[in-house]
Amino acid sequence: MDYTPHSNKEIQEMLSFLGIEFLKDLYNNIPDEIKQKKELNLLEPLSEIELLKRLKFISDKNVSTNEKISFLGAGDYDHFIPSVVNYIISKPEFCTSYTPYQSELSQGILQSMFEYQTMMCELTGMDISNISLYDGATAVAEAANMALSISKKKKILISETVHPEYRQVIKTYEKPREIEIIEIPMKGGITDKEKIDRRLIDESSCLIIPQPNFFGNLEPIDEIFSILSGSNTLAIACVNPLSLALLKPPADFGADIVVGDGQILGNPQSFGGPSFGFLTCKKKYLRKIPGRIVGQTVDSNGKIGYVLTLQTREQHIRREKATSNICSNQSLNVLAASVYLSYVGRDGLCEIAELCYKNAHYLFQKLIDIEGINPAFNSKFFNEFVVYIDLDSTELKKILSKKGILGPICLEKWYPSLKKRYLFAVTEKRTKEEMDLLIDTLNEALRTK
Amino acid sequence: MKNRLIFQLPHLESGKKILPTVPDEISSIKIDIPENLKRKKAPELPKISEPQLIRHYNKLSKKNFGVDNGFYPLGSCTMKYNPKINEEISRLENFVNIHPYQDEEDIQGALQLMYELDVLLCEITGMDKFTLQPSAGAHGELTGLFIINAYHREKGNKRKNIIIPDSAHGTNPASVTMAGYNAVTVDSDENGKVDLKKLNKLLDEETAGLMLTNPNTLGLFDENILKISEMVHDAGALVYYDGANLNAIMGIAKPRDMGFDIVHLNLHKTFSTPHGGGGPGSGPIGVTKELSKFLPVPTVELNDEGRYYLDYDEKDSIGKVKAFYGNFNVLIKAYSYILSLGAEGLKRASKLAVLNANYLKKHLSKYYYLPYPEICMHEFVISAIWQKERGIRALDIAKRLMDFGFHPPTIYFPVIVNEAIMIEPTETENKETLDMFIKAMIQIAKEANENPEILKSAPHKTQIKRLDEVKAARDLILKYNFD
Repeated sequence: MDYTPHSNKEIQEMLSFLGIEFLKDLYNNIPDEIKQKKELNLLEPLSEIELLKRLKFISDKNVSTNEKISFLGAGDYDHFIPSVVNYIISKPEFCTSYTPYQSELSQGILQSMFEYQTMMCELTGMDISNISLYDGATAVAEAANMALSISKKKKILISETVHPEYRQVIKTYEKPREIEIIEIPMKGGITDKEKIDRRLIDESSCLIIPQPNFFGNLEPIDEIFSILSGSNTLAIACVNPLSLALLKPPADFGADIVVGDGQILGNPQSFGGPSFGFLTCKKKYLRKIPGRIVGQTVDSNGKIGYVLTLQTREQHIRREKATSNICSNQSLNVLAASVYLSYVGRDGLCEIAELCYKNAHYLFQKLIDIEGINPAFNSKFFNEFVVYIDLDSTELKKILSKKGILGPICLEKWYPSLKKRYLFAVTEKRTKEEMDLLIDTLNEALRTK
Repeated sequence: MKNRLIFQLPHLESGKKILPTVPDEISSIKIDIPENLKRKKAPELPKISEPQLIRHYNKLSKKNFGVDNGFYPLGSCTMKYNPKINEEISRLENFVNIHPYQDEEDIQGALQLMYELDVLLCEITGMDKFTLQPSAGAHGELTGLFIINAYHREKGNKRKNIIIPDSAHGTNPASVTMAGYNAVTVDSDENGKVDLKKLNKLLDEETAGLMLTNPNTLGLFDENILKISEMVHDAGALVYYDGANLNAIMGIAKPRDMGFDIVHLNLHKTFSTPHGGGGPGSGPIGVTKELSKFLPVPTVELNDEGRYYLDYDEKDSIGKVKAFYGNFNVLIKAYSYILSLGAEGLKRASKLAVLNANYLKKHLSKYYYLPYPEICMHEFVISAIWQKERGIRALDIAKRLMDFGFHPPTIYFPVIVNEAIMIEPTETENKETLDMFIKAMIQIAKEANENPEILKSAPHKTQIKRLDEVKAARDLILKYNFD
């Protein structure tokens, strides 16, 4: 099945208009030595019936988290997505449009982006927001690049409590330019602020602190960022946007740039992508921000409308001097987030965050009551937490999967010292019965051990 | 009725019920967040009902134009039709609700799809191994440049420069800077191709690589490509293929056979996944066997027992360019697209994309200046310099096209063409649509002579008239003011 609407007669007419006999003659400019001698070795084209059947067969080899009880998190979460989200983002006017360069035909997506910028500024307390980066990890890397460009210093400070994959991405991004990335070690599951000394601060372009951190713990971000005061080192917070319904916006702690991953806001887990990275910052960094920004203006009749603005920062205008190379971003995921935030609204977001918190704390408390399970850290947390379980990961997985339970994640692969420490994520979708099943299962397993 | 932002809609007094009722044992848990970290003022989010929300976004959707609404000949963006079956497939429960850290046993389908897509893309491009991790074309470019850097680093080379033609996409030089290289521009010759003499002068022991789009952004196939890649290789550098224009040559010629070492593809262009108002895309990169050890981790592999697994075990890998594995949902659609077209369909798609472009080009060349008259590939560039004599710019022509129900082409790119209008019809438009577009363009050329005002004040039929971009950049109203 292909999607070309040409009749043979039309093709002939077009060819004869061009004075060409065969379609292949269109390629006379390509030297014979690089022309393919053989057809592509692909399977016979599939009809829609066959295609759906084949792909359904492949997808069925996956186990959906909906068939199970999932406590998997660590950057990708099983949150509730209202059905309005999919309905709106499937609209062909949004879904099949390109980047809104031509504003008069793109007022819909542009206005929704302006609304999104407003919502992200509200959540984070910052002045301006862009229209997304690829994901949370690349948002951290782009924020660091901003800081390097603003401060002209060549080092980056990042807490060891930032998602390990995010740290891996920033290392990959900065290695060719030989930017030194200094990891601030953790102590008790949070950033060890004693290790951030004056000399390090003076030499570094920025300090990147997560909130909550990779372990779900709440960082004393106010105290940490206050260490930076009086320096020109930028404070970058990498936050969970849902937690901001309960937590003070990072702007209040003097954050210069706030980034994070937006999957939580109305986007499915989707095997880790696509989600989107958000980035908000202080107005003074306006000309250093990467990615698209929408601004309000008027048309020739004075009617309010929206356009992409500050494009002189961007690659298609500024080329090698652009603030970033980003062109395609994650707009449809941003639209999903806007619809999500508009649907749940001011109160709903808070209720969801509270229930996540309460569920996680219910589970945590019940788990640590079990002999053989201890808290790994002594920190406050949001909806993810780490406990020590006296079972190795293979054993634990076996026991839980028998009961249809997915997760937790064993931290040892990223933090070798955290043997038998397991990360649980608990969303508003988990019920008491589901959590009790986990509790009973572990209770039973550890009792009979 | 006045156009309102979602924040200006009437507020509900109490929120809707979103969550299930939870047992007291849970609801009674106190939120114990340290006072200094606790939020005091709720964010100003909308408080609206579901029907209000749907009407709001429906209203917005009516002010937007997608390829499902009409012809979208945006050059360099390959706005082809996005098959609906691929959307349906990408939303299958067991594709949507899977977590990247699930046990490999539980994600065999996802890994199989990624593994097979890698194989398919290798067959189409001639490369040996792909990573599906990059999220967009520019992200692929950056990944490719990291690999170029790792390659030279291993050899102990400290090369500083990446050569880019003056016709290149803006992302190329921007990626080069991000990867710590200097962008060195090589001029095009009078035929719009890489000037070999100038290239020769630029190549030296400082050259790390050359980035090239072929067919290039003028829509021209650079027939010297073998010579170019040989020259670059002789200088000890690598040749990078910007795959933005692969739609012209599927099944016709493989980038590998042109001498490219690294190739990025835009799945959201060539392989028909929708662009979503700006993304998500996907920009896999393919490399030669020699370079495959530098690919980001993890790669997806197949063991002897027919089991797929994620391989993190490559010490030479550049690392990661994104958390997890890539824009998986986009990968599904591209995979489905390739399976539904097959070898024959892909080749036909390319041929008809090229036919459509040449058909338009020849018709329009009577009315618009055509800087590069040779046979084009899937797109071509005309110039509005004839119209400029009447004070009409490419921008005016673009805006006027909206009145005829078309999305405008790309304008002012490539930068080497004055008043450039870059047209890419794609293969999914029929002759009737092209003829209508031609008619509109002829009418506009006439108007430029007879009634230039109608162009300068266009568009006339859209809901909003021409927007003042200068004012937007000056006033910088970037969010709603709640006060």
